[in-house]
Amino acid sequence: MKRLWITLGILVLLSPLGMLAPGTAWGEWGLEELEEMGITIPAGLQRFSELHPFVLIPDYSLPQLGESFWSQAVIYIVSGLVGMGMCVVLVYLLVLGKKEQGK
Amino acid sequence: MHIPDGYLSPQTCAVLAGGSAPFLIRAFIWIRRQLSSKAIPILALTTAMSFVIQMFNIPLPGGTTGHAVGGTLITALVGPWPAVIAVSVVLIIQALIFGDGGILSLGANILNMAVILPLVGYWLYRLMAGNSGIASARRITSVAVASYIAINLAALVAAVEFGIQPALFKDATGAPLYCPYGLSVAIPAMMIGHLAVAGVAEALFTGAAFWFVARSFPDRIRGS
Repeated sequence: MKRLWITLGILVLLSPLGMLAPGTAWGEWGLEELEEMGITIPAGLQRFSELHPFVLIPDYSLPQLGESFWSQAVIYIVSGLVGMGMCVVLVYLLVLGKKEQGK
Repeated sequence: MHIPDGYLSPQTCAVLAGGSAPFLIRAFIWIRRQLSSKAIPILALTTAMSFVIQMFNIPLPGGTTGHAVGGTLITALVGPWPAVIAVSVVLIIQALIFGDGGILSLGANILNMAVILPLVGYWLYRLMAGNSGIASARRITSVAVASYIAINLAALVAAVEFGIQPALFKDATGAPLYCPYGLSVAIPAMMIGHLAVAGVAEALFTGAAFWFVARSFPDRIRGS
């Protein structure tokens, strides 16, 4: 198990490679991106697009902490660690107080 | 494949959330009643793994990006219902903390990536792997091929959800209210990238990771 966690740790350190892909996933454009693409923003899309009141680390990036690749890479890695930690906590919360199951 | 808020009408979101709810409830009951205590650490690990692997954006033809999900890998390692929980947990964290995928559209994203993907992936994997040995070439190929088909099916369903919007929801002038692209744009745009690149990445990652666990920790794999 320890070896698997170490492998995952290495993957997190390599995750900034995922920042290098140019562009956005299809259908995941923000309002500014749609405008740049020359799309008239549909009324409903405009209305619901910023529904979430408080996103902690929007798109795994905090431009206010420095725009350079390396500072963003650090934020990306921190995002990965935060996300991993929350995954583990949530999984254990979901099975909290569960009766021992054999095997 | 993480549909943001605003691209699907609230009605579509409600229907798709309603569609995913019974599966989530079933999965939650399953992990509370049936999941072996021994499997909990590996469920936590594979959930974290799915989160991390989704950060590896890959350039796709057409100037967009995609990524692996790891859902079929989790079904093969821990089981289909734990995989539904694992990917749902990842999607909830992505939406709430990182704004990756919407709040209204969370049910849609769960249906595509956390229900359809792992359950179809599991069924195909079991069908192809049969009773082959735990680290056999047949089993590793089966899990990889199953993951390829499953992620592409999830992408297709997402493309259909996007693509039906302009026909169903428009204002008085006929302008689209939500996703402006119809099926004829959405389906090729999503599928070319997933069939050619993201699906291949999912298959390679799934096959390699399954092989690694099967070789190093065969006793950790479900059913062993």
